[in-house]
Amino acid sequence: MTLFDLSLNEIHNRLHARDLAVTDLVAQAFQTINERDDRIQAYLTLDEEAANCKAAALDEKMASGEARGLLFGLPAGIKDNIVTEGLRTTCASQFLRNYDPIYNATVMEKLQLADSVTLGKLNMDEFAMGGSNENSSFMPVRNPWNLDYVPGGSSGGSAAAVAAGEAYFTLGSDTGGSIRQPASYCGVVGLKPTYGLVSRFGLVAFASSLDQIGPITKNVEDSAYVLQAIAGYDEKDSTSAKVDIPDYISSLTGDIKGLKIAVPSEYIGEGVDAAVKESIMSALKVLESLGAEWEEVSLPYTEYAVATYYLLASSEASSNLARFDGVRYGVRAENPGNLLELYHQSRSEGFGPEVKRRIMLGTYALSSGYYDAYYLKAQKVRTLIKQDFDNVFAKYDVIVGPTAPTTAFKLGSQVNDPLTMYLNDILTIPVSLAGVPAISVPCGLVSGLPVGMQIIGKAFDEQTVLRVAHAFEQNTDFHKQRPQL
Amino acid sequence: MTINIQDVEHVARLARLDLNEEEKEQFTAQLDAILKYAEKLNELDTDNVEPTTHVLHVSNVMREDKVHESLPIEKVLRNAPDDEDGQFKVPAVLE
Amino acid sequence: MSTARYETVVGLEVHVELHTQSKIFCGCSTAFGAPPNTHTCPVCLGHPGVLPVLNRQAVEYAMKAAMALNCQVADVSKFDRKNYFYPDSPKAYQISQFDQPIGEHGWIDIEVNGQTKRIGITRLHLEEDAGKLTHTSGGYDSLVDFNRVGTPLIEIVSEPEISSPEEARAYLEKLRAIMQYCDVSDVKMEEGSLRCDANISLRPVGQAELGTRAELKNMNSFRGVQRGLEYEELRQAQILDDGEKVVQETRRWDEALGKTISMRGKEESHDYRYFPDPDLVTLHIDQQWKDRVLASIPELPDARQARYTSEYGLPAYDAAVITSSKPLADLFEESLQYTGDAKSVANWIQGELLGYLNANNLEFSAVPLTGQALGEMIGLIEKGTISNKIAKTVFKEMLQSGKSPQQVVEEQGLTQISDAGAIKTIVQEVIAANPQSVADYQAGKDKAIGFLVGQVMKQSKGKANPGMVNQLLAELLPR
Repeated sequence: MTLFDLSLNEIHNRLHARDLAVTDLVAQAFQTINERDDRIQAYLTLDEEAANCKAAALDEKMASGEARGLLFGLPAGIKDNIVTEGLRTTCASQFLRNYDPIYNATVMEKLQLADSVTLGKLNMDEFAMGGSNENSSFMPVRNPWNLDYVPGGSSGGSAAAVAAGEAYFTLGSDTGGSIRQPASYCGVVGLKPTYGLVSRFGLVAFASSLDQIGPITKNVEDSAYVLQAIAGYDEKDSTSAKVDIPDYISSLTGDIKGLKIAVPSEYIGEGVDAAVKESIMSALKVLESLGAEWEEVSLPYTEYAVATYYLLASSEASSNLARFDGVRYGVRAENPGNLLELYHQSRSEGFGPEVKRRIMLGTYALSSGYYDAYYLKAQKVRTLIKQDFDNVFAKYDVIVGPTAPTTAFKLGSQVNDPLTMYLNDILTIPVSLAGVPAISVPCGLVSGLPVGMQIIGKAFDEQTVLRVAHAFEQNTDFHKQRPQL
Repeated sequence: MTINIQDVEHVARLARLDLNEEEKEQFTAQLDAILKYAEKLNELDTDNVEPTTHVLHVSNVMREDKVHESLPIEKVLRNAPDDEDGQFKVPAVLE
Repeated sequence: MSTARYETVVGLEVHVELHTQSKIFCGCSTAFGAPPNTHTCPVCLGHPGVLPVLNRQAVEYAMKAAMALNCQVADVSKFDRKNYFYPDSPKAYQISQFDQPIGEHGWIDIEVNGQTKRIGITRLHLEEDAGKLTHTSGGYDSLVDFNRVGTPLIEIVSEPEISSPEEARAYLEKLRAIMQYCDVSDVKMEEGSLRCDANISLRPVGQAELGTRAELKNMNSFRGVQRGLEYEELRQAQILDDGEKVVQETRRWDEALGKTISMRGKEESHDYRYFPDPDLVTLHIDQQWKDRVLASIPELPDARQARYTSEYGLPAYDAAVITSSKPLADLFEESLQYTGDAKSVANWIQGELLGYLNANNLEFSAVPLTGQALGEMIGLIEKGTISNKIAKTVFKEMLQSGKSPQQVVEEQGLTQISDAGAIKTIVQEVIAANPQSVADYQAGKDKAIGFLVGQVMKQSKGKANPGMVNQLLAELLPR
């Protein structure tokens, strides 16, 4: 048993009992990173000096008896699309390889208030576009369970770091599954909150109407702690919701008697790996044994979700990424002949192929004559997909299914086929389009690779999602399994 | 084909991207496949369906007209690839 | 003139900067004239990850302007992104409004050659301003200052119902006056807080279909708008006369050269790819909100003009001139708290004041004149303290120094002499010194009396009460 096997709450208790100093905790984190990250490649930037300073300051704070934050002393890794003032933020893109942010994301301010320690910035698919981390322009992240396999994406670094014990918790971002799918592939817990629950201010936008920041942790209780610290209305984000933030930790009662679970036939049907399906069916039995009831339902518009998502997300992305023009920050091509060349060359050199592909798709979908056929049509189908969820949630408390149709795949096996790659997200994308919360929790191992169960809740009902996930976890051991490194 | 190489060239110009011949061909094929797949949406009758721009039904989010401190010029220009006299410098804009 | 065979059709697109304290989507100051880039922050610089938050005051100013222009204010409005790359646009998109503008279907009345004409306003929408580009001396580089980026703007698009350059100018002047009355903008063309683009086309008289239009940019003054359109009207008429076709293009007005120049080849075909901005939420404008904003709109120029005619008996022309500028109209009304002679106030404003401003190329705001001073000065004339002629000297001094009329009169000893004894002495001296004129007058030549009055005024340094001088001369020189 190492410190990394302890939950955030247990670490917290040790710190408070003075069994442990924050400086030790941080030192141990960097030691693990040094031992392992050559193989995992989860971190793009380490902030060791600042982390040590912060740790020392927190130890002093502890000694002085001052009030301490909710995540006191806990070392965290941050996905590199979350803006950190004074700490390089690259989005794993060559375009931003030297970008030195001049402000902090709201979640960073919140982590600061919660007294956590930032270890560094985590690798990802460039601008969060991808599901395997092979689109990082620096290096691919490897799956800690098998280094030949992808960790998933786009928050691959965030999931792999937690799985490899290189951070106590991490923040990721989820646009179409980018927290849940890598959490599933890496055997950790990933929560995508309701759209609007966590401020997007300082999250480098990919698709503004879908992006959400969320925690990746070793277990559900940790997830609840981190969510507690980062959730809440932010006046800097017009799309942030003015809702009361409940006590997520106290909602982890273990009691799910009478809970009504819907299992969409589309989520366990064709295209879903048999072994993955089996893990989910076993998980449902566990939930049943705890007093929950489940029934098969239909989310008939599921098959349209991927097309809808790629049109909407790419369109928004084409506009969101236009600001990377080489005028105010980021790379600028050397010696452009004129302004137009400056734009063309800087962007062409700065962006990788997947980013270009999505910018192209989105630009086309918004262009004159195609808007109605693609963008507007997709917005309308989004309404239908959302209604699917509304209908089911009128009768059921949660929706359960696999997070991804398969376990992790081998590095390099899908890179040349974007459409097939996109279809890996078929089970997470509809949830993103509906804007509702979902968590992925480990529920099995197939050929040594983790399987994730996705628990989807009603908008702003993270409490129920966490409660169900926690109850499942308390009665299984999947979350305690660790990769051999 | 729903999209041809001229479309790809046009879109690349709009998006300020340079593509080499190989990329143009690759993107034409890939975008064509994706757009063909997207035609699936035409199976659905959405005439009476409202588009969703926001999943949350929030409206009238506004701030009061108060001035906040701006950034010191050092921060403004910190990431500038090229600057002069407190301004960002770019190749001449023709008028 | 060849233009007589054609009918001119002009549409104007006017941008007005709203004078909020802070920018439309962030808290940076909108103050004019700060050192470059010192009114910027991550939001208006378009740094990665930032989000816009709408300024309520900007929305209310836009609503107010829309209502003052007789627009229907939308119940539901939203913001869209207009995508284009340009160094002065940090996000490479401008947040604007596409299909649900704040206001639509408005109109204003203009007056040209004594005729009133109603010009329709298609729409009024809210958007953000861009930064400012300057060119380095070598001409190889441009410099970008983002202080102005994010200043709230309203764009007001007229229907193509303006039929002459003169009407275009009248429309602009009326628009400026209305914005000024509403107090939503400084509306200074020189500082760019009011900007105007135009499109103009000609069609043979009687033809229903519109001709090919040219878009005109870079007209930086009211005069520039009129001159640019006049030039373009002639240019297009000549092309049509020659049996050729007008090319649809954007042309730049060159004030120094006095002509419009094609910008062809320097612009590209635009595809702005408008779509709803997912970072901003819908605006629902309910009746209560509309009512509140409506109540804040003061009396507008047309209403004031009518009132000046009915209440003070001003001729329509005078009322129009004075109400064309809110500060002038306010001056007029303030003056009337100190004198009852509205016609006289109007005359002084139109004659001496506007004459002085024009001659010195000044804005009214540049002179320290108050309504109280003007009113009291007219009071001094009424009381006979100063003559009309002396008042002109006093007025000039007031415009320059801001002193009260009483102070000017005292300092310069300009009080009118109304003491009969003092005047009689001068009159007697003049009679004695000018026997020929006296004889002429007594022989029936009425003109001679004018000469004698002039001599008296000269001797009194203009201070003698002219009425009394005339009366005394008549008494002392019986015919």
